[in-house]
Amino acid sequence: MGLSLTDEQVDELLSDVLENWGYDFSDYSRASLLRRLNRLIALDNFPSFAEFRFRVRTDRDYLKRFIEEITVNVTEMFRDPGFYQVLREQVLPAIASRPFIRIWHAGCSTGEEVYSMAIMLHEAKLLHKSLLYATDLNADVVEKAKQGIFPLGQMKDYSENYIASGGTQDFSSYYTAMYDRVIFKDWLSERMIFATHNLVSDSSFNEFQLIMCRNVLIYFDKQLQNRVFHLFDNSLESLGFLALGAKETLKFSTVTKRYRQPGKEKIWRKEKDLYGG
Amino acid sequence: MAQRERSIRRLIVIGGSAGSLDVLFRLLPMLRADFPHPIVIVLHRRANVDTMLTELLGMKTRLKLSEPEDKDPIQPGWIYLAPGDYHILFEKDGLISLDYSEKVAYSRPSIDVAFQSAADCYGADTVGILLSGANADGSDGLGVIRNAGGQTIVQLPQSAEVSFMPQQAITKQVADYILDVKGIAAFLNGMADTARL
Repeated sequence: MGLSLTDEQVDELLSDVLENWGYDFSDYSRASLLRRLNRLIALDNFPSFAEFRFRVRTDRDYLKRFIEEITVNVTEMFRDPGFYQVLREQVLPAIASRPFIRIWHAGCSTGEEVYSMAIMLHEAKLLHKSLLYATDLNADVVEKAKQGIFPLGQMKDYSENYIASGGTQDFSSYYTAMYDRVIFKDWLSERMIFATHNLVSDSSFNEFQLIMCRNVLIYFDKQLQNRVFHLFDNSLESLGFLALGAKETLKFSTVTKRYRQPGKEKIWRKEKDLYGG
Repeated sequence: MAQRERSIRRLIVIGGSAGSLDVLFRLLPMLRADFPHPIVIVLHRRANVDTMLTELLGMKTRLKLSEPEDKDPIQPGWIYLAPGDYHILFEKDGLISLDYSEKVAYSRPSIDVAFQSAADCYGADTVGILLSGANADGSDGLGVIRNAGGQTIVQLPQSAEVSFMPQQAITKQVADYILDVKGIAAFLNGMADTARL
């Protein structure tokens, strides 16, 4: 295995990235960052830390690659079918009576979960009155998400996940295959709004009935996780839902007392605001 | 030496693949009930299928065993089973981080990733143990632990149901000790004695 950075080198690099480019990674999980940095140095064959640091500090195009490789953009459609089944059978019915439904996919990556949600909203006959906000700090993945184009090879797994989550339609009716890729139907993305948003530095921008943020917070340290939970709390209507990844928890957060977890899936519901605020 | 007296400063990471579950079923009951160091078990397992695994392993030990969530603290004398479909990483403040990045050599959790992160965090106080398996995961990571001054143990290939994985580590010359299951148990229990000195 190649070069492994020291704590001091990671600090230097992160302070360069913050000062020169405005991206703040200082409260990301150190163990995960170290792994991503070492991996990128090996992938791009940097012979030394100094050369890597110089490139990150001075090359705007390389910074794009840096952001894309340092952040993790692995996602799936209908990942954890049991989770999606609870969304379909319990969460969507609970918000269905609202005149207007707003859902925020925070850290949407390449959009697989946003399209999964749109399919479920369509099947619940709610898509026409919903808006799905899909945000990520990485502009390139947001652009990919907007296109709704995914590799054909994954559709078999996604179709199985979809069926296991309680889907009853022909999954392939939601997309058109072209060579080795598929493009999802235009009408699925009509109610989606894509934007860059950095959970570290940007603030609340709307009120939602449901916030989805799955396998994003694992890359943050505990303090930053807590700050983001406050951001979500400020962005969630009373009786709104917050959905996290299978191994993430609200239990360490200072907002936890205003939430209850109705089942075993990682879905929390904000309690009714007693003070009417 | 002062550092070593604090048992939490040492971390034992056990990696295994095909044939290693049976080894754990034999190894865990042999550990003494007052075993003071945390042990992290990283198994290649199918996501969403082996939900019983924590229970099954928990029945084989008097130590506390859990499948950790992200940012759970590592506690002395606990056994942690890495959750399926995440890499497991270690933070310098004693917390566990989970990571859903790309599979490494078709594996998530990857034993190499866990060994590397343990070595980054615990250095010479890391013990890496590699058990039975049918692929090459773990041997590079054992090398990293060894370079960091930690100790590495490989299951005696003749005692492994599938000898490929331990054999890889031996071929790459990253094993400090090559032990059968009883030998591994004796080594670990010996660590418990030195912790009290």
